[in-house]
Amino acid sequence: MYVVRHWSVRHARGLEIFYDAFEWLLVALHPLWKRIGYARLEAPFALLERAVKGLLFDCQMCGQCALSSTGMSCSMNCPKNLRNGPCGGVREGGFCEVKPEMRCVWVEAFAGSQRMKEGRELIKVVQLPVDRRLQGRSSWLIVARQKGEAREAKSA
Amino acid sequence: MNFADEPAPGLPLPILPGHVSTGRLERVLRAGVFAVTAELDPPDSADPEEVLRRARIFDGYVDAINSTDGSGANCHMSSIAVCALLTRAGYAPIMQISCRDRNRIAIQGEILGAAAMGVANILCLTGDDVGAGDHPQAKPVFDLDCMSLLAIAKGLRDEQRFESGRKIATPPRVFFGAAANPFGDPIAWRAQRTAKKVSAGADFLQTQYCYDVPMLRQYMRQLEDLGVLEKSFMLVGVGPLKSAKGAEWIRRKVPGVHIPDAVIKRLAGAQDQAREGRQICIDIVNEVREIKGVAGVHVMAYRQEETVAEIIQSSGVLGGRIPWHPTRDRAAATQPEAIP
Repeated sequence: MYVVRHWSVRHARGLEIFYDAFEWLLVALHPLWKRIGYARLEAPFALLERAVKGLLFDCQMCGQCALSSTGMSCSMNCPKNLRNGPCGGVREGGFCEVKPEMRCVWVEAFAGSQRMKEGRELIKVVQLPVDRRLQGRSSWLIVARQKGEAREAKSA
Repeated sequence: MNFADEPAPGLPLPILPGHVSTGRLERVLRAGVFAVTAELDPPDSADPEEVLRRARIFDGYVDAINSTDGSGANCHMSSIAVCALLTRAGYAPIMQISCRDRNRIAIQGEILGAAAMGVANILCLTGDDVGAGDHPQAKPVFDLDCMSLLAIAKGLRDEQRFESGRKIATPPRVFFGAAANPFGDPIAWRAQRTAKKVSAGADFLQTQYCYDVPMLRQYMRQLEDLGVLEKSFMLVGVGPLKSAKGAEWIRRKVPGVHIPDAVIKRLAGAQDQAREGRQICIDIVNEVREIKGVAGVHVMAYRQEETVAEIIQSSGVLGGRIPWHPTRDRAAATQPEAIP
């Protein structure tokens, strides 16, 4: 929701703290997810993630969430899907070139990033091309699995 | 021996140590010479002569010619086709690639093909939204953004690999560029965004129209602080305004172009507004060339391309230098051999 989306950017720091704890938990539960089976969890997790992040960020379920690097403003809401900063057409006052009634998601992203601790630096990192196969998948599960498996490999 | 009608093609130059491309633009920039580029308005036509006629206007005044890729989301002859015609005639184009109309498979193939044809400069753009042009009903692609396009392009050249990781036998020896807008919101972040483009792989930058020199100065200072001035060449976009009314229209209708009131006032007060517009452009060229880190200008004289010669001539930025063009050396090269 548009209004909630802006609330999220204003509370980017709080959301960053919350997500860090949430991600820690997700990764810690990797053995459990593995036992249940990641494939089996995909549908319910995607449903939950879509509901929660849809409300908070107007999440488009790209499956490779970059919110921590984009000031908690979902860059997939940019009509050009820009994941690395605003285009040259931003209107005066920070409104979108394509949808003049919408605030530029990158103007919001910069504002949000300044409230964050890690996000302040992460916004400078170049985001690589999107893997379109992940569209609709739960990025929470992907992160849990990647980091969980990396941790396993490390301790092995 | 040379034949009287022999073309003087712009053959690829040897790549000097520390250089990345076979082109003349990189040579000029790395030599520290003030460079000039201009934008060619691609025809709504399948006539090749139309393209060459539009290129010849710039003969002797520019180091490279930008070939736009459906700019403003309007349909014209394609960028790669214009470049094919230009390289065949020996011109040095800067091929613009926008992410709006093609996915990464098409774009990577096009970069290889362009390099094979002799294109030595490519400008990586996101592109205008389809809604801005004459086909708002079209599907926008935007598989990549300009930043990921730059990263992929750099990978093709420097790592000799497609994004997929698959190896390329001969990499494209291309000088890659990106666009910059120092004059649009969010102003405070524009330098940061440019720095990101440079770290993604932009060897050179071409800016949006500059009508506000103090604003540019501030942006260049920010770039200096971010340490990117040495890593990329900045070509400042300039262009003549035809009239105060036209300037008002651009200001209102074209997002991202910033024209201060003072410029419009100066135009409105002039007897011959078009002439004053050219003079303003010349003044801006002369002001920006003094700014630290400015490596050249990019002249965008949309639908008044014939004014580029006057602007460059009057500003004196070339300092007597004649940029290479297909017929420049022809007289010398085609001296008929002495027949005993």
